[in-house]
Amino acid sequence: MILNIFTDIHELLLGLMPENIVHITELVLIAVAYLGIFAILGLFLVWLERRIAAFFQFRLGPNRVGPMGLFQTVADALKLVSKELTGTEKADKFLYKIAPYFVITTALMSLSLIPFSYEIHAFDINIGLFFLTSVSSVGVLGIFLAGWASNNKYSLIGGMRTGIQMISYELSVGMAIVTMVVLAGTLQISEIVEIQKDGWLIYQGHIPAIIAFMIFMIAGTAESNRTPFDLVEAESELGAGFHTEYSGMNFAYYFLAEFVNLFLISSVAVILFFGGWLSPFGITDAIPFAGLFWFIIKVLGVIFIFMWFRWTFPRFRIDQLLTLEWKFLLPINMVNIVLMALMVWLGLTL
Amino acid sequence: MKEFLTDQLKTQEYFLNMGPQHPATHGVLRLLLKLDGEIVRNVDMDLGYIHRSIEKMCERATYKQIIHLTDRLDYLSAHMNNEAVCLLAEKALNIEVNDRIKIIRTIMDELTRISSHVLWWGVTGMDIGAITTFMYGFRERELINDIFEETCGTRLTMNYNVIGGLRYDIHENFVKRTKDILTHLKKKLPEYDKLLTNNIIFQKRLINIGVISVEDAIAYGLNGPTARGSGVSCDIRKTHPYSAYDMVDFEEAIFTEGDSFARYKVRIKEMWESISIIEQLIDKIPNDEHKVKTKAVIKLPVGDFLQRVEASRGDFGVYVKSNGQKFPERLKFRSPGFANLTALNKMAYGLKIADLVAILSTIDVVVPDIDR
Repeated sequence: MILNIFTDIHELLLGLMPENIVHITELVLIAVAYLGIFAILGLFLVWLERRIAAFFQFRLGPNRVGPMGLFQTVADALKLVSKELTGTEKADKFLYKIAPYFVITTALMSLSLIPFSYEIHAFDINIGLFFLTSVSSVGVLGIFLAGWASNNKYSLIGGMRTGIQMISYELSVGMAIVTMVVLAGTLQISEIVEIQKDGWLIYQGHIPAIIAFMIFMIAGTAESNRTPFDLVEAESELGAGFHTEYSGMNFAYYFLAEFVNLFLISSVAVILFFGGWLSPFGITDAIPFAGLFWFIIKVLGVIFIFMWFRWTFPRFRIDQLLTLEWKFLLPINMVNIVLMALMVWLGLTL
Repeated sequence: MKEFLTDQLKTQEYFLNMGPQHPATHGVLRLLLKLDGEIVRNVDMDLGYIHRSIEKMCERATYKQIIHLTDRLDYLSAHMNNEAVCLLAEKALNIEVNDRIKIIRTIMDELTRISSHVLWWGVTGMDIGAITTFMYGFRERELINDIFEETCGTRLTMNYNVIGGLRYDIHENFVKRTKDILTHLKKKLPEYDKLLTNNIIFQKRLINIGVISVEDAIAYGLNGPTARGSGVSCDIRKTHPYSAYDMVDFEEAIFTEGDSFARYKVRIKEMWESISIIEQLIDKIPNDEHKVKTKAVIKLPVGDFLQRVEASRGDFGVYVKSNGQKFPERLKFRSPGFANLTALNKMAYGLKIADLVAILSTIDVVVPDIDR
């Protein structure tokens, strides 16, 4: 997955130091690059969310700091860094402090699997999608621990809700992914994208793929804790839910991770249904790094849909949320997998 | 085995302090919830965080000053509260006001009702989780408040009513702007339905939640839209018409389901009725004085007086016991929110926290009104 620039850097480093040290240096460089991507993504998406919210609510949104208010979130982040880290006296100190890192680490690990283009893909393994779902499901622990360790009843209720919600909806996300894996025939992310050269998977798999896409969008909203599934931090009920007792940078970790998770969910949707970095009809396939442009455009499109949900729908109640998952989404999903398998077996895919 | 499980895996009810600073309590109301997991077992309402002893203050205030204090009760229906005191004094002193005053008062009443209900609509949406509705509600409210500002100089605590008439005559733009806002509202209210009323999640959150029967509604003394959602006919504008309400033809919004969604529909329908009332009156404002001459110091005759008006949240009553002096001897406000809040425990028993929030917002509490 390395092309000219990356090969150049590799050879430059080889000239400076022995091979195994070059290897370690490159790993560190990639990690730093992904940390940068993580921060920029988080800040940019927060800004985007605020602008889009303003657009839906006929307001202007942040528009003073920098061009179109782009640096507003940077200023906010700086403020959060400089704030004091407060906490409750009777909190479980160890768990309370460790909780945000669960969320941020898993988000970062999942991010490394996302191919931004044919060239920019840090970590491409043969069980890519499986690894992605497994790692991102550990992130629940961070929210759960935060709810438990804060020693606050509102946090606790938020944490318990998370446990129920995330575990339920992970099934749907997982099964929607499995449906598409049946069609793609591989778990490796780069291969899934490559087989879409003849047509995006949502086109190849038509009816079951569209059903899987809808289920994925619904369950993905729930996974990223956004309205109508934002019970975890339901403002009007629980104040701030699981992160009530967090301040400063600890709070910012949750905040950023939430938006990076949104990006992750959207990326997976784009990889599975809309051809990842591939351009429509292969119009720019010859140009290097053009994939980056298409990938970002597609992901932003999906993110816009998620944001549209958030600023339109009211919130579910906890029992309605579970009814939706266990009585509707999961049975539909199971039937859908069988349908997809039959289609692949009978060769009805396009 | 079952016994073992119930013995070993005991659950415990716990208390949760909701408020006095909580986003859903609309001010400083403290609810002490007894919860079993998320299920509400008991609601204790703790008042007093914004108690200003307004009734006692009124006993040291002249009748003209009392009008100003009523703004600070239910600040979203300030004009109706003012009017209650003015009507009471006019009734006691046998002051006959002309049709111009009556009609303008009624139009302002209904504008206040609409502005209060659009705010309620926005806040209800926000309590259920749809934040955008809040902005929509405020958009319309701002336009109505602009009319108030042009008419009497203030947007919230209006004090437009004085004993014997109105403080100022209406602005020359008043009729035109009011008509504009009506056309605007007629376009926007269907949008409200599209955004929230017809939303399946919203309906599922409200239908069959917080049901209160007609008998219970009467027993708890519920009033206003909250009671009309249970099918109690209690509109003071119909039962004891005041100002220009006997000149207009309107329907009392009544739904019989008694759940949160019925209360929601009552308020939406009331907005449409208010629009129709204003439409009937806006072209009929006669040319006349805006104020009847009264004495500089107003002293009510000896006796007991009561005046009720239909405020945005229900039956607002003023009771005055006068001993012939310029201050009332005793004064009592009967505020709609207080009676409505008492039914909260009955409505929310056995439901979830999220339902409690929904019920609280369909009762439409304004805490300064409850806690005087």
